[in-house]
Amino acid sequence: MQYKSQAVAKPYFIAAIGLFVGQILFGLILGLQYVWGDFMFPEIPFNVARMVHTNLLIVWLLFGFMGAAYYLVPEESERELYAPWLAHAMFWIFLVAGALTILGYLMVPYAKLAEMTHNELLPTMGREFLEQPTITKLGIVVVALAFLFNVGMTVLKGRKTVVTLVLLLGLAGLAVLFLFSFYNPDNVVKDKYYWWWVVHLWVEGVWELILGSILAFVLIKTTGVDREVIEKWLYVIIAMTLITGIIGTGHHYYWIGTPEYWQWWGSIFSALEPIPFFMMTVFAFNMVNRRRRNHPNKAAVLWALGTAVMAFLGAGVWGFLHTLSPVNYYTHGTQITAAHGHMAFYGAYVMINLTMISYAMPMLRGRTAANSERSQVLEMWSFWLMTVSIVFITLFLTGAGILQVWLQRFSENPQGFMVVQEKIALFYWLREIAGVVFLIGLGTYVASFFVGAKEPEALPEGAAASA
Amino acid sequence: MSQTFTKAMARNIFYGGTVFFLLLFLVLTFDTTRALPARDNRAALTPTVAHGKAVWEKNNCIGCHTLLGEGAYFAPELGNVYKRYGSKEAIIGFIKSRPVEGIPGRRSMPQFNLSDKDLDAVAEFLKYVSEINAAKWPPNIQG
Ligand code: HEM
Ligand code: HEM
Ligand SMILES: [Fe+2]
Repeated sequence: MQYKSQAVAKPYFIAAIGLFVGQILFGLILGLQYVWGDFMFPEIPFNVARMVHTNLLIVWLLFGFMGAAYYLVPEESERELYAPWLAHAMFWIFLVAGALTILGYLMVPYAKLAEMTHNELLPTMGREFLEQPTITKLGIVVVALAFLFNVGMTVLKGRKTVVTLVLLLGLAGLAVLFLFSFYNPDNVVKDKYYWWWVVHLWVEGVWELILGSILAFVLIKTTGVDREVIEKWLYVIIAMTLITGIIGTGHHYYWIGTPEYWQWWGSIFSALEPIPFFMMTVFAFNMVNRRRRNHPNKAAVLWALGTAVMAFLGAGVWGFLHTLSPVNYYTHGTQITAAHGHMAFYGAYVMINLTMISYAMPMLRGRTAANSERSQVLEMWSFWLMTVSIVFITLFLTGAGILQVWLQRFSENPQGFMVVQEKIALFYWLREIAGVVFLIGLGTYVASFFVGAKEPEALPEGAAASA
Repeated sequence: MSQTFTKAMARNIFYGGTVFFLLLFLVLTFDTTRALPARDNRAALTPTVAHGKAVWEKNNCIGCHTLLGEGAYFAPELGNVYKRYGSKEAIIGFIKSRPVEGIPGRRSMPQFNLSDKDLDAVAEFLKYVSEINAAKWPPNIQG
């Protein structure tokens, strides 16, 4: 760690991991409710568990992004963070606001929560992923502004690099697009149209900038490849992201009442969206192959490569699978969507966060570059357990989705939704089993922070253990 | 990447491409906004429907159901439920009759204890949604 103030990243990373565990526990509850319909009913109905699952995901990813920025920006800018105290304060505000919101979901009926927080003054609740009470949303805006100010000032006063510039653009875009969550017209078509400006333009737009810049940073650090080369790649990748991804929003405008020309715009541009993800994969492997040194943190390099591959599979391949409008006509809003959502979120945004945490945490905990051999081995086990199980979750949901589409939408005698759900229950059981393996992988991941913590640091491959 | 393709060129493609496609997106959004009145059934957007949407949101119906294919995949599509059930009364009857303790072993919908006003409004809202021109989606009545 080169700058003292980078240390503020640590609580952000710890909170992120803690909330990640919560997310997965609620995922398992959801998965069980799929096959054991009244599990925990009426105490925790499905919709409540789902909000907890998805909101915890978003919140912990945001914690991770902020931690990543607090770690990376001082190092890139070659100076201390502008206001470390502000970062600390925002950490607690965000954590408490997040915890209260989740507790609100779990302790009182949602309608009651809406009343308690006076949703009627500025109704924003009750829309997928944007379920937070309006007051929480305002809190998120405050935290985001304070955060942007803090890292922005650090960048302005220090060395400016392409990595920090792209990161800042992504983070600023994240904050600006979130403002559309406050627009909730009575007109359902308009509501949906702008809802996607938050959701799609986040994950297939500005978040990819954040992803690209963090990946670039970790690759610069672990491979020692010339910054010029990496920065050129970064520009090309994010150029392709926005050139395809902005108009690509149209793949959500096929069947919500918007004009039918979106079937052309959406299909063509979103079909190109896998390109930046593919380039990211080529880029990551290229840089690692051209490395000038063997970094002792092998786990971090594994995560970085894993991110590139899994983001391409989840977003690129599974996204392409259902993005053309004639296909989407049948798959829209089925388990195919859920399959893609899981692998894309995991491959791109979970994994980039775990990459950064893997890279930074050893230094934040006082190591010079890497954890002990034993701790890394365990971490790499967790990598494989989680990654392989998300692949299986995706495959089982894809199987469920194909059958669902066939039985409910495509065959001669379409059957009712609930009838079909019972017929494909086997796939949901298998998904749940894969989910349990995921949890074991996550447990292994957490354990890797404690196992071998007292042992000496791992040495880079090829380095003689003479010292 | 070769030396003839410089970082400055990559940067210019990024800024130029982003600005161009952002503007194109805004143009398409503008055109969509102009085309919507003919498709989005806004004539039916009464205060009752607006209240119905508020009821829909306040009870987080989207947390289990899809509406025009968006939402959760745990329970049936409701964008066309008005057509599937044939009347507002049938929808209201279904929502009202959910057992408080659920249906043993089966996916259960909560009993929301909605007032008659709320019930009527949410049914009216679902009727309004079913009459939006969604380009012939869903493929059949099962949603
Ligand atoms: C990392 C990037 C991505 C993430 C995290 C992601 C995540 C998601 C999620 C969570 C949904 C479901 C939204 C909902 O609940 O309604 C979704 C829908 C969709 N995504 Fe992605 N996605 C990504 C990239 C892509 C790409 C690159 C493509 C196309 C090549 C794509 C195509 C689609 C389509 C067509 C839908 C709509 C599915 C439907 O009609 O039900 N996604 N995505
Ligand atoms: C133990 C593993 C997991 C299980 C059993 C699980 C289960 C579920 C279930 C049942 C749903 C609701 C689907 C519906 O609406 O009907 C869901 C939604 C979702 N989960 Fe998970 N989940 C798990 C892990 C994850 C992970 C690791 C991520 C992120 C990387 C994730 C991200 C999401 C997202 C984004 C949605 C919303 C999907 C959409 O709208 O299309 N889940 N999950
Ligand atoms: Fe999208």
